[in-house]
Amino acid sequence: MKKMICALLIAALMLPVCALADEVVNVFNWEDYIDEAVLEQFEQETGIKVNYMRFTENEDMIISVESNPGAFDVVFPSEYMVERLFNRGELAEINFDNIPNFANIREDLKNPSYDPGNAHSVPYMWGTLGILYNTKLVDEADVQSWSVLWNPKYAGQVLMMDSLRDTMGIALIMADPENSMNCTDFTQLSAAKDLLIQQKQAGMVKAYGVDEFKDKMVAGEGALAVVYSGDAEYAIELNEDLAYAVPQEGSNIWVDSAVIPISAKNKENAEKFIDFLCRPDIAAANVQEIGYCSPNAAAIDLLGDEYQSNPVMNPSDEVIARCEYYHDLDETWLNIYTTLYSEVLSAKVN
Amino acid sequence: MTDLQLPAWAPWAMGIGLAAFIGMVALSVRRNHGVKRSLFAAPYTLWMFIFTLLPCILIAYYAFTDANGHFTFNNFSSFWDSNYIMRENLRTVAGDEMAATVARGSVNVDTLVYSLWMAFLCTAVSLVLGYPAALFMADRKMRLGPTLVVLFIIPMWMNFLLRTIAWMSLLEDNGLINAFLQWIGIGKMQLMYNQQAVLLGMVYNFLPFMVFPIYTSLSKLDPKLAEAAQDLGCNEFRTLYKVTVPLSLPGVISGITMVFMPSVTTFFIPRVLGGGNTRMFGDLIESTFKTAGNWNLGSALSLIMMVLILISLSILRKADPNGEGGGIV
Repeated sequence: MKKMICALLIAALMLPVCALADEVVNVFNWEDYIDEAVLEQFEQETGIKVNYMRFTENEDMIISVESNPGAFDVVFPSEYMVERLFNRGELAEINFDNIPNFANIREDLKNPSYDPGNAHSVPYMWGTLGILYNTKLVDEADVQSWSVLWNPKYAGQVLMMDSLRDTMGIALIMADPENSMNCTDFTQLSAAKDLLIQQKQAGMVKAYGVDEFKDKMVAGEGALAVVYSGDAEYAIELNEDLAYAVPQEGSNIWVDSAVIPISAKNKENAEKFIDFLCRPDIAAANVQEIGYCSPNAAAIDLLGDEYQSNPVMNPSDEVIARCEYYHDLDETWLNIYTTLYSEVLSAKVN
Repeated sequence: MTDLQLPAWAPWAMGIGLAAFIGMVALSVRRNHGVKRSLFAAPYTLWMFIFTLLPCILIAYYAFTDANGHFTFNNFSSFWDSNYIMRENLRTVAGDEMAATVARGSVNVDTLVYSLWMAFLCTAVSLVLGYPAALFMADRKMRLGPTLVVLFIIPMWMNFLLRTIAWMSLLEDNGLINAFLQWIGIGKMQLMYNQQAVLLGMVYNFLPFMVFPIYTSLSKLDPKLAEAAQDLGCNEFRTLYKVTVPLSLPGVISGITMVFMPSVTTFFIPRVLGGGNTRMFGDLIESTFKTAGNWNLGSALSLIMMVLILISLSILRKADPNGEGGGIV
């Protein structure tokens, strides 16, 4: 009798697992990067179970994807990481017939230079790199150029980003506005490094950091900070004295995209999931939850005037035109960038 | 982060180590026809092997190999000349002429020297502040002594990261201290993101490691010795520096080691309170592993630091051969 009850109990426990086990999609996304209610909605509408997993850095993500083939069906790398995955032959071609909602994506983000032909990635969230400044302390005219970060007027009030590509990229533009942020000319890179050391030793920089600066700016602890647009939006919502600008010389535009690894076991479900994310109401829900900018034009329309007219969330065409994507650097150049940047970080302030 | 690729022999080494360990246990059981007392130490031996010895072997392995696992001294050349790898890379992509323009980079050596200097400062300040504190705590005539001990211990129940972050809200431009300075009319000062703030954070975090060894050796002192000195005509001050201080030296040496070692390897405090303006060797090692993804160079840097610490330990051991200061050295 006892045995039978046990067997029945086990069977009862197995039942829901069996019912869901046939249709799954394994999603690997950034931490805090989706409205979780959307996942339930997807499960209800399609009957496909979502296994949702999270990562915090592109570099961690690529290790997981490469060492666990078949574990993930949809992954969300940044643009240069899309390029690296593609170059290593790790991306499946997406069947866009299954993604009719791709039509909602902004035209200027389609067919990007990091995925020529746009066969392997669907943009999920995007934004720019720029300057978050306190309007009470900083002249709006000054932040139209990156040179504000070298302007003695703001000595000791600049919060720089401790990020290899971003900081070197800005200095490259300062060294010569003609430079690409993906520059592979050692003379220019050297000049960029010298500019950063000069900036540090002239006492311009208050501190180097990443995540903590949006809160520092909200608390009024600095006049200028180099940030991503999503963080700028977060800070501006909390402190109305703050504003965001993308300097005239140009900047970086970043895109986190949905891709399907070549090892994916549920490719069709993955495409269904990506299509679902491109639906205007779903994309809008995600934007409202995480506060980043969606590449989904229909979703921005749905969100209304407040979002459409917000230049931080929704950069103008002119801003987009002067920005460029980061491209993946090969190991040789990455090492050269790293060595030069390390010299900046170790330079002594007197 | 880079891919964690253990050398091919790592699983073998672990396996052989385990087998040897089990063999030794089995032998000792057999030989003694029962469980030997030292067998109770077995879990600790195993623990030390897996989490102390094996990682050290791995660090040494990485330090002497390149990314492909071939034996090389290049990582140590890179320590001396931080531009070494970059110059080699430039040779392949920009030609010899461009590579020749790159001079010797002193980033790694300078950072190490700076770290040693900061650790020296931190130890010196901790000693100056810590010795009197330990004297008060150990003084039997002081009612406050035991209370002081508790006050020193309580903050240590909190994680040191939290305590360091808490300093930020004190030192910030709009923080508590600046608000007070403004209130009394002195005006705001830049207290954070400089060397002094880092030193403050280090002394704050490591001071208990100086105070407690000294306190231990002071409280073990026989009070009759001081009384005898006074009977023989010493005044209080003379008693202190002729009797008490020399007898507490083992504690002082232990304290110096306990403060100096974590100071050299600090890596969180300079980032939070120094804001990246004062990079120390610990930060350099961390970014070599994480940002640059160069595990081989990172291991070489760690190895150099470990050797330096071992050397300083052995020098200090000479000064306290019996391990009277708590036997830490």
